[in-house]
Amino acid sequence: MAKPQPTIWQSMQLKGYPRRDFIKFCNFALITAGLKAAGVESVVRAFETKPRPPVVWLHFQECTCCSESFIRSSHPIVADVLFDYLSLDYTETLQAAAGHQAEACLEETIANHPGEYILLVEGSVPTKKNGAYCCIGGRSAEDILKHAASSAAAVIAWGSCASNGCIQKADPNPTGATPIHRLVRRPVINVPGCPPIGDVMTAVVTHILVLGHPPELDSQGRPREFYGRRVHDTCYRRAYYDAGLFVEAWDDENARKGYCLYKMGCRGPVTYNACSVTRWNGGTSYPIQSGHGCIGCSENDFWDNGPFYQHLASFPGFGIESTADTIGTVVAIGAAAGVAAHAISTNIRKRKLISERIDDSAKGTGKPAGGKDR
Amino acid sequence: MTRIVVDPITRIEGHLRVEATVEGGVVTDAFSSGTMVRGFEKILKGRDPRDAWAFTQRACGVCTTVHALASVRTVEDALDLSVPTNAELIRNLMFCAQYVQDHVIHFYHLHALDWVDVVSALSADPKATSALAQSISAWPKSSPGYYSDLKNKLKAFVDSGQLGIFANGYWGHPAYKLPPEANLMAVAHYLEALEWQKEICKIHTIFGGKNPHPNYLVGGVPCSLDLDEVNSLNTERLNHVSELIDNAVAIVEQLYIPDLMAIASFYPEWFGHGGGLSNYLAYGDLPTRGYNQPDFFKFPRGAILDRNLEEVHPVNGRDAEEIKEYIAHSWYAYSAGDEQGLHPWSGETELNYTGPEPPYEHLDVEGKYSWIKTPRWKDHPMEVGPLARLLVAYASGSTEVQDVVNEALGRLGAPVTALFSTLGRTAARGLETQLVVHWMKEFFDDLVANIKVGNMSTFNRERWDPSTWPETAEGVGLTEAPRGALAHWIRIRDGKIENYQLVVPTTWNGSPRDARGQRSSYEAALLGTPVAHSDQPLEILRTVHSFDPCIACAVHLYDPEGKHVHDVIVK
Repeated sequence: MAKPQPTIWQSMQLKGYPRRDFIKFCNFALITAGLKAAGVESVVRAFETKPRPPVVWLHFQECTCCSESFIRSSHPIVADVLFDYLSLDYTETLQAAAGHQAEACLEETIANHPGEYILLVEGSVPTKKNGAYCCIGGRSAEDILKHAASSAAAVIAWGSCASNGCIQKADPNPTGATPIHRLVRRPVINVPGCPPIGDVMTAVVTHILVLGHPPELDSQGRPREFYGRRVHDTCYRRAYYDAGLFVEAWDDENARKGYCLYKMGCRGPVTYNACSVTRWNGGTSYPIQSGHGCIGCSENDFWDNGPFYQHLASFPGFGIESTADTIGTVVAIGAAAGVAAHAISTNIRKRKLISERIDDSAKGTGKPAGGKDR
Repeated sequence: MTRIVVDPITRIEGHLRVEATVEGGVVTDAFSSGTMVRGFEKILKGRDPRDAWAFTQRACGVCTTVHALASVRTVEDALDLSVPTNAELIRNLMFCAQYVQDHVIHFYHLHALDWVDVVSALSADPKATSALAQSISAWPKSSPGYYSDLKNKLKAFVDSGQLGIFANGYWGHPAYKLPPEANLMAVAHYLEALEWQKEICKIHTIFGGKNPHPNYLVGGVPCSLDLDEVNSLNTERLNHVSELIDNAVAIVEQLYIPDLMAIASFYPEWFGHGGGLSNYLAYGDLPTRGYNQPDFFKFPRGAILDRNLEEVHPVNGRDAEEIKEYIAHSWYAYSAGDEQGLHPWSGETELNYTGPEPPYEHLDVEGKYSWIKTPRWKDHPMEVGPLARLLVAYASGSTEVQDVVNEALGRLGAPVTALFSTLGRTAARGLETQLVVHWMKEFFDDLVANIKVGNMSTFNRERWDPSTWPETAEGVGLTEAPRGALAHWIRIRDGKIENYQLVVPTTWNGSPRDARGQRSSYEAALLGTPVAHSDQPLEILRTVHSFDPCIACAVHLYDPEGKHVHDVIVK
């Protein structure tokens, strides 16, 4: 570990990649991370001059779906991430060492790379019973988290567990499950979702590697580039919502035609995520495309905003111009009154909206986000 | 005598701790502890039963479909609801895709480093490696140039000084027996399998919208079939599934099975270690004539006692006397006393931590020492998992299972009894993958045949509306997770969940001992496991990993004082 670390370009050279491939990779990283401001030159420079940064991945109260999603990333593929772009020094899921040899990897990185390593956290931290609900190596999750976060260069909360507590925080939260931003005294990049999309996860990491600073975040600490738009507003079925055409029962004629799933409980209208654009598993599909409504898995306390198959109340004035920061994420359950009215009004309103700059309201000028969690 | 603690046990799902005593180079006692809890059962109370699949699915993101399947079956059982044939076939396809993905990942990414020395691969001869690879498989990426490039990349990686996930591994340990060429070949396939695993999951994405955690639905599946619609499962989507299955067959037949056989042939002594319990339980799965006809499951249901393959005992999840959970050594409290055994329909989940306050060195293994309850079948400890499934199928007379098992054992020159071991468990996992990947093709062909005759239904609406439900109902949903027998039990009252219990494979295998001192699978299998260096838990990892633990836990080795391992004599 004491040897000088090669840059990403050097390590790619060592692995026999020609410079053409390297530039290709940089271009790809640029696109993946959605880096509008930075040109490819800055990306190339970043990878040429930065060594593979040490990365520590902690697991607490979780189901490992975030790790699984991470390895589903299709661009870049995970083998390249693990062996070319990062030095994943501690990860209970994949590392060869166990027990004290594993713990030594963690301690070495914290001791030898203060201010340099990226801390990735999967899972919430139980605070009841002095932490006895989640212990690793005899230490409580809270202890380990605070220790590892104190000298990390950046802290990323993977998934809804780490970002907002997810399922174990659902009522009655038996173990005192707590999102990590409540426990560490520093900014946390929240990448919610159960799990987040694999390509989004690698893109967030790539963003930091390329630019040396985190992506722009919204008021909930989420990268705007992936959580700035509602699933509903980017959904290919949105036109059916606007036209008032809905699935009325599972596998009915309208379901086969792919009409809007709003009446089946879809949470797309109140969920900020990249699903309908980036899609899942290399762009293969996303929940709505495969016939099931969005359950809102990236939103705070989504487990307590159910039942999932009861549809949302109407949300007038809740159009494509809104963002998480301007309207918050309060979910209302209720009758469908107003849906038909919306279908008519939206088509009128749209003409005006489309002529407006969509990002105008994305500048964070609105009131703080709502939702129960904050 | 040395007391060692392995916590975290890595390359598993979840948080697992093993404390073991080692005497004369072998494990003489072992204690397995789950060190994380979330309280799912408490969270489920009062919820809509139709939502339960999504909640319980979050029990595990590795075997990401199995809890959802158990849950929808549980609710359908309670509501006396059957699903259309297409829905069952799609569920079977998702089940098979889960198995193939999960078993391949387990072999290459969770278990292989117990047998494969990555550093030794640096001294491999690429030409000899190529010759070895080509002698065992038709896999195309096997040229001397391919292995030469890989060796150079691996060397550059090691030379960088940043070993990442390979840091602090047990490289050079005397228990590693593979020649350098086999190690290099395995490293190549580690990387290839890592790239491939993301592909097979697309079957979940096509039918369920995403992976991990694809969508399920009580009464069928959420996707619709319509060959005249671009928004439904149409010919393009089905072609995609078909292609993914074909690629999976190639991976299993040209990488996984040849590598498994090659590696196993260097470790014959591991057919003699880690046998553990002599009782095996399988709920069975992969219905071909509906979930209520277990006699026609591809994996049959049944129990084997005392390794007697002449008799398969029937198993009934509804019988209050068969499956019970005990908490003598688990951090829970039962209202009628902790010595009770409770059938899951009457199950209770009251957290009651009595262990040491963290940070701690040791658990009190005389008292309660785990968050995992201890299930028993007719008061017998049972092993569950691929080995149990194969043995129950073998003993039940399934000829396709017998053929695959006999053929593999013949090649290895091992008797059937060799399966009762660490390596037998690992081999069983590979052999069932070989079966499952072909069954997946059969199910796909059945789905296409159904569509061809115009049968497009994927959902049964009869019980979707809660007003059609009885005031009270109870159900059980049995399935086989990749790691073994999995079941959910539900009690519904007034349209809400009154009680919900999950008994998962790792509850069977990783639980603490019961009040009578009977060990569960991990603790039993570790007895007699050789340990060359008590500060390096390599052999312990082999046996624990052979079960593919899934607890959101990990294992670390500690000495009796709870410090990280040194050889400590406690007499």
